Amino acid sequence: MPAAKAIRGIGHSTINAVWRIGMATRFFFLTLMYSGSSFRRFHLIIKELFATGVMSLIIIIVAGMFVGMVLGLQGYETLKRYGSESALGVMVALGLVRELGPVVAALLFASRAGSAMTAEIGLMKATEQISAMEMMAVHPIARIVAPRFWAGIISMPLLAALFSAVGVFGGYFVGVVQIGVDEGSFWSQMQAAVDFEHDILNGVIKSFVFGTAVTVIALFEGYDAPPTAEGVSGATTRTVVTSSLAILMLDFILTAMMFGGS
Amino acid sequence: MSSSNLVEISDLNFTYDKRPVLQGINMVFPKGKLIAIMGLSGCGKTTLLRLIGGALKPTKGYVKVDGQIIHEMDQESLYGMRRKMGMLFQFGALFTDMSVYDNVAFQMREHTDLPEELIRDLVLMKLHAVGLRGTHNLMPSELSGGMARRVALARTVALDPMLIMYDEPFAGLDPISLTVVGDLIRRLSGALGATSIVVTHDIQESMKIVDYVYFMANGVIVAEGTPDEIRASDKDFVHQFVHGEMDGPVPFHYPGGNYRQDLNLQA
Repeated sequence: MPAAKAIRGIGHSTINAVWRIGMATRFFFLTLMYSGSSFRRFHLIIKELFATGVMSLIIIIVAGMFVGMVLGLQGYETLKRYGSESALGVMVALGLVRELGPVVAALLFASRAGSAMTAEIGLMKATEQISAMEMMAVHPIARIVAPRFWAGIISMPLLAALFSAVGVFGGYFVGVVQIGVDEGSFWSQMQAAVDFEHDILNGVIKSFVFGTAVTVIALFEGYDAPPTAEGVSGATTRTVVTSSLAILMLDFILTAMMFGGS
Repeated sequence: MSSSNLVEISDLNFTYDKRPVLQGINMVFPKGKLIAIMGLSGCGKTTLLRLIGGALKPTKGYVKVDGQIIHEMDQESLYGMRRKMGMLFQFGALFTDMSVYDNVAFQMREHTDLPEELIRDLVLMKLHAVGLRGTHNLMPSELSGGMARRVALARTVALDPMLIMYDEPFAGLDPISLTVVGDLIRRLSGALGATSIVVTHDIQESMKIVDYVYFMANGVIVAEGTPDEIRASDKDFVHQFVHGEMDGPVPFHYPGGNYRQDLNLQA
């Protein structure tokens, strides 16, 4: 019967999804458990910081600049209707620091560094490098996963901060240099309106949470990938899709918690 | 367990997804001997190696290495045991993000507190033993298949293991590399005094170097003996395998339905 088959399919998918969430949670705690050795050999984390953080700089800077410029243009057009062009700096800064900086930087991080992490670990599995490491009495989670995990967590807030900073300059370039908004009002109103704890710190917390989510998803998908070309490509796709949805879902929850009542 | 045997396998069974892979395997691997496990692809040879290395747990029976039952060991003890083992994977499994030097130095850095100067000397000695000292600055992607296998061999013996396992060491090698790798396996086993287990289906090369052979088919041992005994065997399976014949107990066709019915022809 088609109905019974459909119900069976839904049940199977649900069980599979719950099982994978459980496996990912176990994987996350195992990563935390084996993190000690990573900190004792900090050069491993530094190497991964280069691969995930430094190598993402270009895409973050370019994207931040354009997002800031668009915000400057759109913000000016909107604020002009109410005669509040001088508040352009506040609008650009709050938009970036609270929302766009953490979210867009995390989305870019997922597609650039997250997919690379998944593909690399998946291929290491397919070419038996992970099995070889286990046979050499070295735990792969300690040696491969934990350094990448901490590199992701450290680099994500820094990249988001850089994205916001560059975006503010993008907004400044369009608003002040190109359109002619008063420079003094642009910076002074921004300085007066942006609160360190309420705005900047909450943005940093968001990017930290997004960084954790993206890195755990990317590492788990790579570690759990079937050791075939198709398996690795599927895992890489899942990393980008799942991370992007997780970022947007977490953003709503965090925004509601941080700014919902204010 | 006899003290002369480094590895003992008793009534070993392993089932994967309800499919029996190994059934009632009994083997012994005396210390210092080079022993081959041969058989067709998919007969359970690599699974057996993974059971010896503790990567899998048996459904029934046990594997004893150096007097200890592998599947009963906790992770710390198992890792302690693995430090005394080396395994050469089918295609080397070199770490692609590390140079040849760092690959060979990997275990020394992970498991010892040796100073870097001493590690350097040891790495160069290991690479020299496999004839590839000059490649220490290269990355694995710059090596040929045979060279990668030899570097992996140097990495396998980096900590002078008591047990060395080789998973299809001759697969995909050209004739010269094949002879070189075979010769290295023999010489390194002798020099280290290690017990070696070679899983292979390369009958010609392995028969030249091993002391004893176990033949496996469909998850059970079908024959065993010295290379001379194997060559002289009158068992159909062994004869077909050794001489690479089409006809014999190993069928050419995978079991399927009626051919005429599959082609929609009338009976």
